[in-house]
Amino acid sequence: MTKQQFTKIVGIQLLLLCTLLTLSFLGIILFDLFSKGYSALSWDFLSTAPRKGMTQGGILPAIAGTALVTLVATLFALPFGVACAIYLNEYAQDHWFTRLLRASIRNLAGVPSIIYGLFGLALFVEALHIGASILASGLTLALLTLPYIITTTEEALRNVPNAYREAALALGATKWESIKTVVLPGAMPGILTGTILALSRAAGETAPILFTGVAFYTRYLPGSLLDEFMALPYHLYILSTQHQSLEQVRPLAYATAVVLLGMVLLLNLSAIILRIRYRNLWKTSK
Amino acid sequence: MENIKIAIRDFNLHFGSKHVLKNINIEFPANKIVALIGPSGCGKSTLLRSLNRMHDLSPDARLEGDILLEDLPLLHPRTDVVAIRRKVGMVFQRPNPFPKSIYENVAFGLRLTGTHTEADIRTRVESCLQQSYIWEETKDELQKSALQLSGGQQQRLCIARAIAVEPEVILLDEPCSALDPISTAKIEDLLLELKNRYTIVIVTHNMQQAQRVADFTAFMYLGEVIEYGPTDQIFNQPQQMLTRNYVEGHFG
Ligand SMILES: Nc1ncnc2c1ncn2[C@@H]1O[C@H](COP(=O)(O)OP(=O)(O)OP(=O)(O)O)[C@@H](O)[C@H]1O
Ligand SMILES: [Mg+2]
Repeated sequence: MTKQQFTKIVGIQLLLLCTLLTLSFLGIILFDLFSKGYSALSWDFLSTAPRKGMTQGGILPAIAGTALVTLVATLFALPFGVACAIYLNEYAQDHWFTRLLRASIRNLAGVPSIIYGLFGLALFVEALHIGASILASGLTLALLTLPYIITTTEEALRNVPNAYREAALALGATKWESIKTVVLPGAMPGILTGTILALSRAAGETAPILFTGVAFYTRYLPGSLLDEFMALPYHLYILSTQHQSLEQVRPLAYATAVVLLGMVLLLNLSAIILRIRYRNLWKTSK
Repeated sequence: MENIKIAIRDFNLHFGSKHVLKNINIEFPANKIVALIGPSGCGKSTLLRSLNRMHDLSPDARLEGDILLEDLPLLHPRTDVVAIRRKVGMVFQRPNPFPKSIYENVAFGLRLTGTHTEADIRTRVESCLQQSYIWEETKDELQKSALQLSGGQQQRLCIARAIAVEPEVILLDEPCSALDPISTAKIEDLLLELKNRYTIVIVTHNMQQAQRVADFTAFMYLGEVIEYGPTDQIFNQPQQMLTRNYVEGHFG
């Protein structure tokens, strides 16, 4: 074996090692959570409310709360984000103002989530008098995901070949008709993938909901969007650090983490499936 | 020349500071096929795309002079660009069917106006596919994705899609350059058939193709129309040295 071959093989092995190491972290986390939370997982755990000072019962209100705020966030962020991306990619001309807009959006994506939480408190809860609620938290999460949705939507729009826009215009479509009938449907899988990934991140956030609506404990499911709510990430935080009998509720905390991870992974999985189908869609076009 | 369909008068086009089309004066007769030939970069596509105002998409394009479609001034700012594009259809170099079904591709232009009933659309789709000689191959699978067709079929589908909105003029920019000889022959037959109803302007790099299909040929060089006349004359008795050199294959 020459020296060159030797270094090449060692190099590849090292890269492989790093990859495996990274993967093993994920594996360890999953294994640890699952093995310790397994005993507490049951249908009851998913379908009932906490009881006896959260030492017994399930986490249904937290599951419902997380699902609801994520849904509210989607309903606001998706149309706004897509509209904004359409403006930037299809209508805005390339001058200093649009460059400034793009730079600001990129910077927004880097703003720490606690800042969004405080901003949501100031704007939605107080200034707009919505009060701490699902609606206020959902809006705050919508703000958090907006920059991601705009960026991924813009990319999806850019990936639609110009030939389609020209073909539509040449048939007598107005610009808006060409966007509505050809560009948006073509970009839709990419938009949805990006949105789902952004939301799966938002679903696990604690800071933005902390001051805007999440509750320590609610016995019932939320009855309206103006109610406070329980959420999985916050519930997990309570069970693991704030509860008076931490040892006793440890399995519940682990099981809660498993459920939260499960929800997020499920979202990511649907994004992956969409992406695969999306790739096939363009592959057949030449 | 007989019945003039399109008249281009003192037409100049700049991209930013680049003077791409220079003093173009040329007329395209109705129900004839005109071929635009010339070396790469001489401005053939640019001239073609001026005829359906495709340059509206490039902010740095500046168009001066007049282009008349019969009485309609195509470059006039108050002329409705959508109306122009319904009268002047276009087929592109690379087949570009939408990622929709065969049926929906042809129906696309009809659905835009919203004035056609579904039954109406169905008969129009069928008749356009027949006119484009692609009906026999596709009639049993109209709901299949257009992207599954071969390149040649896709291009004929694009022609069907273009004629579905009943244009008066059809512009084709090297429509066969991505196709095999058999598909090319089919498209050429189709063009000869279509010229009874439409006025056709085609850009081509293929000298044989120009001679096979075109009634008139314009030779362009560096943004100017050097010579324009009956195809036979351009290829066999060119008046200009440049034209002779080009059609005899000395440069290109
Ligand atoms: N959008 C544009 N912006 C700036 N310059 C352009 C643009 N489109 C074309 N040009 C320039 O205009 C000139 C003519 O281009 P055009 O595409 O019309 O040539 P062509 O004759 O069609 O060439 P080909 O045979 O290679 O297709 C070229 O020099 C090209 O670089
Ligand atoms: Mg060209």
